[in-house]
Amino acid sequence: MSIEAQNPVSGTTASPRARWKYLDNILTRSGPFTDPDAFMPGETVIESLSRAKVLLSGAGGLGCEILKNLALSGFKDIHVIDMDTIDVSNLNRQFLFRQADVGSYKAEVAARFVEKRVKGVKITPYCGKIQDKDEAYYMQFAMIVCGLDSIEARRWINATLVGMVDENDPDSLKPLVDGGTEGFKGQARVILPTMTSCIECQLDMHAPRAAVPLCTLATIPRQPQHCIEWAHIIAWEEERKEITLDNDDPEHITWLFQKALKRAQEFNIEGVTYSMTQGVVKNIIPAIASTNAIVAASCCNEAFKIATNTNPFLGYPETANYMMYTGDDSVYTYTFEHQKKDDCPVCGAGNIARPLPVNPNITLQEFIDGLAERPEAQLKKPSIRTGEKSLYMQMAGLEEQTRPNLEKKLSDLVEDGEEILLTDKSFPTQFKYKLVYQK
Amino acid sequence: MADLPPPVQGPTAKEKKYDRQLRLWGATGQLALENSHILLINNGPGVVGIETLKNLVLPGIGQFTIQDSVVVTEADLGVNFFLEDQHLGGFRAEHTSNLLKELNPDVKGHFITEPIESWLVRPDALRPYTLIIATAPVRPELLAKLSDHASAALLPLFYVHSVGFYSHFSVHLPSAFPIVDTHPGSETTADLRLLKPWPELLQFAEEKTANLKSMSPDDHGHVPYLVLLLHYLEEWKKTHNGEVPQSYKEKTEFRTTVSQGARTNNPEGGEENFDEAVAAVLKSLNPPQASSSVKEIFTAPECLLIREDSPTFWVIANAIGLFYTKYGVLPVPGSVPDMKARSKDYIQLQNVYKSKARKDLAEVLESVRFLERNANRSTPIEEKDVEAFCKNAAHIKLVRGRPFHVVQAGQKVKWGDRARSLAQELTFPDSLIPLYIVFLAWDEFTATHDKDALGGTAQAPGETDADTDAEKLTGIAQTIMDGLIKEAGTHVEDPEYSTIKTQIGEFAQEFARAGAAELHNIAALTGGIVSQEIIKAITEQYVPVDNTCVFDGVKSKSAVFKV
Repeated sequence: MSIEAQNPVSGTTASPRARWKYLDNILTRSGPFTDPDAFMPGETVIESLSRAKVLLSGAGGLGCEILKNLALSGFKDIHVIDMDTIDVSNLNRQFLFRQADVGSYKAEVAARFVEKRVKGVKITPYCGKIQDKDEAYYMQFAMIVCGLDSIEARRWINATLVGMVDENDPDSLKPLVDGGTEGFKGQARVILPTMTSCIECQLDMHAPRAAVPLCTLATIPRQPQHCIEWAHIIAWEEERKEITLDNDDPEHITWLFQKALKRAQEFNIEGVTYSMTQGVVKNIIPAIASTNAIVAASCCNEAFKIATNTNPFLGYPETANYMMYTGDDSVYTYTFEHQKKDDCPVCGAGNIARPLPVNPNITLQEFIDGLAERPEAQLKKPSIRTGEKSLYMQMAGLEEQTRPNLEKKLSDLVEDGEEILLTDKSFPTQFKYKLVYQK
Repeated sequence: MADLPPPVQGPTAKEKKYDRQLRLWGATGQLALENSHILLINNGPGVVGIETLKNLVLPGIGQFTIQDSVVVTEADLGVNFFLEDQHLGGFRAEHTSNLLKELNPDVKGHFITEPIESWLVRPDALRPYTLIIATAPVRPELLAKLSDHASAALLPLFYVHSVGFYSHFSVHLPSAFPIVDTHPGSETTADLRLLKPWPELLQFAEEKTANLKSMSPDDHGHVPYLVLLLHYLEEWKKTHNGEVPQSYKEKTEFRTTVSQGARTNNPEGGEENFDEAVAAVLKSLNPPQASSSVKEIFTAPECLLIREDSPTFWVIANAIGLFYTKYGVLPVPGSVPDMKARSKDYIQLQNVYKSKARKDLAEVLESVRFLERNANRSTPIEEKDVEAFCKNAAHIKLVRGRPFHVVQAGQKVKWGDRARSLAQELTFPDSLIPLYIVFLAWDEFTATHDKDALGGTAQAPGETDADTDAEKLTGIAQTIMDGLIKEAGTHVEDPEYSTIKTQIGEFAQEFARAGAAELHNIAALTGGIVSQEIIKAITEQYVPVDNTCVFDGVKSKSAVFKV
């Protein structure tokens, strides 16, 4: 590389790489851990980094950080997808947004901000759902980085990327870098679709919170949260059925709060507050800037290493692919290899059904309700069939036909050890399970 | 209670903005943040310090001040998000401060562009600040001065490195840094006193299980599991000389007894409350002993002698220590986990725990007042502080802050009472102590190398010649490593010794490769961790790092140890 004089005052005569002086130390020099076959220091890696097209999915707490980090890692062509608009409660951490941006699209505002701040980077926003896009769209990227708050969206993109892999076309394999946070905790992971453990393989590590049984809500509440859930699920249906509940409408939250408070008083339960009502109804997960910073930066550190080979990255087959972070009691990270699962319904061989232990005496309806919560399934609106017949289908027309099955006992519909196929319109794949009856 | 629901006070604008964080540290934590004034002494490429401040401005600290005498260059624009083209040639302190302020109109930001050498010698230069962050490189004599100030003024000092793929920070907390609100995980909090029940609790259990065998199925399935365990424990004692199950074997036997009490002649084939009881046996049937770290607090010198000016923490700790000496248990925390039960039974059970907790609190409070009178303290400690202490007594933490290493050119690094344990840790596979040693070596290198040979600007390893500097850095690091092993009075044999030497050499090469560079990702990640630690230090909630943390961005691993 040639050395050119810098003019710190005007900044006009500096070499085009002057502002990447620090990054270039890493890009132009090999280190003790770089793989000489993969790392091409100098022009080659600089060129390939600036050409790599990256997709960021999510422009919220993690997304804002990731966008900044990618731009300052030397990526020049970044696309960002997010369907949400900015809310005032985002401002304590989503640092690309200001009070005046409340109500605007996150992807749009975030892209504009970073493009303005970091010269030379092109950011293309898309304000919509990841599900709006097809394989051809995802195929154009070198990798996908996710800062999403929903498991469902992660599973969708994961299944899509796994489905895109064509053995004969190495370009069809898109590394997926995913981050998630909750309070002082979080994780960063890297997935090479079909090669290493995928989001679906790791599903049981992110078990949903167990729902409180309906009968507890209806007859024997004990906690303030039970009273709020009662107002949310039962009282609203009974008294305001004609109005669609809007979690962001203060009048609606106030109504639920007062209902919950009254019920709590009847049962001598203390502790129902407006803030708790909001938290329960909206399923609010605490979120702070610092944890987002940690997880997003870890994701981008891996993305940068994947794009440049400047150092080994997480997720290389048979090495660590997952970093767990905990910051509420000192600082603790656990970096390990999560193993790929042969019976994974998404990236497994496809002929192995995942065993699902069940009580044969429950009804099909109860079985379906339980699927939403089971860590290894987490399906909200599944259609179910066996090799021979449809048990329950969500599609109009078929729904009416199969509805009577809902009342039947599972053991009257399926044999012990029989395989069932589940589809859910949220996912571009089918899930194969084997029912194992519990004694 | 009146029939009319109270008027709803919706959240204030501030509560709305800070909703997601108030759910973690509450209004008291937020107030502590708002009363803070953080000083950043910014050096090197200056990214990690700014990224740290970003994560503190967003949640709403009161004020920050950036001391930085450097002028913005092109290189800053490729790594620092809080600078723009138009700032080239201007002061970095001024422009980063201005762009940070945009993040939160509630936060006041200031800057100082005077060089640290002259600024720091002004009397009272550090006086306005409640917490200090210094990013490397800092001249050793200046760092030592900051450290002295932290010791004297009892304020937290953070010293942070971000170099290439590696980072480090050490925190110097006050010598007694107690935390009451440690936010223990929900699974660890329940101290239910099943093995040492008080008479009211036993009586309640007896009443609720009086006719357990003949209960209707619905009643039987709704007996709270705590009550079931207490019932079966009494039964067990009858056949075991009045002793509760103690060994693992006895506990599993006891668990079998409990599970056999469940009725299975129902459609579910079992009972949820019994399932809960069975699941709780191994974790709940433990003697309610205070942990050794809590007992250490009771015997700390500050706890034994309460003075007129003793901090509140020690007065309450003394009172709880008295309680513990008298009863052999800590005050009952008073909370009960949710369990399968009828509303009325559950609330009654909750009240049995709550009234015992109130009784214990009253006794502790009486001791507190006695101590206050004895020590002639003028302002009484608030009852709510005593209550919070009683509730979390089993989980209170005391961190003994101490100065971190300040590497002085030509002087040996001293390890003191930590030498033995760190020398031992050094030999563990995958230990990151070697990485810390190379950070110390990096400090020594920068303290002894100048860019202009005028003593003005420190030069980091690899800024000009990576290979030569890597060798130099390795040499310094090896000397520090040998010093540690020697001070520990131990020997490290081969192959361990060669392995550590190789690790040090590799780390040194990677440091030299980076030159003085910060990588934005590593700076952002480290700024995230440091800001989390600062929030803990300011709010006095959660448990802080004691006292050093390193991050390896090549392997994505961290380690925490005490130096």
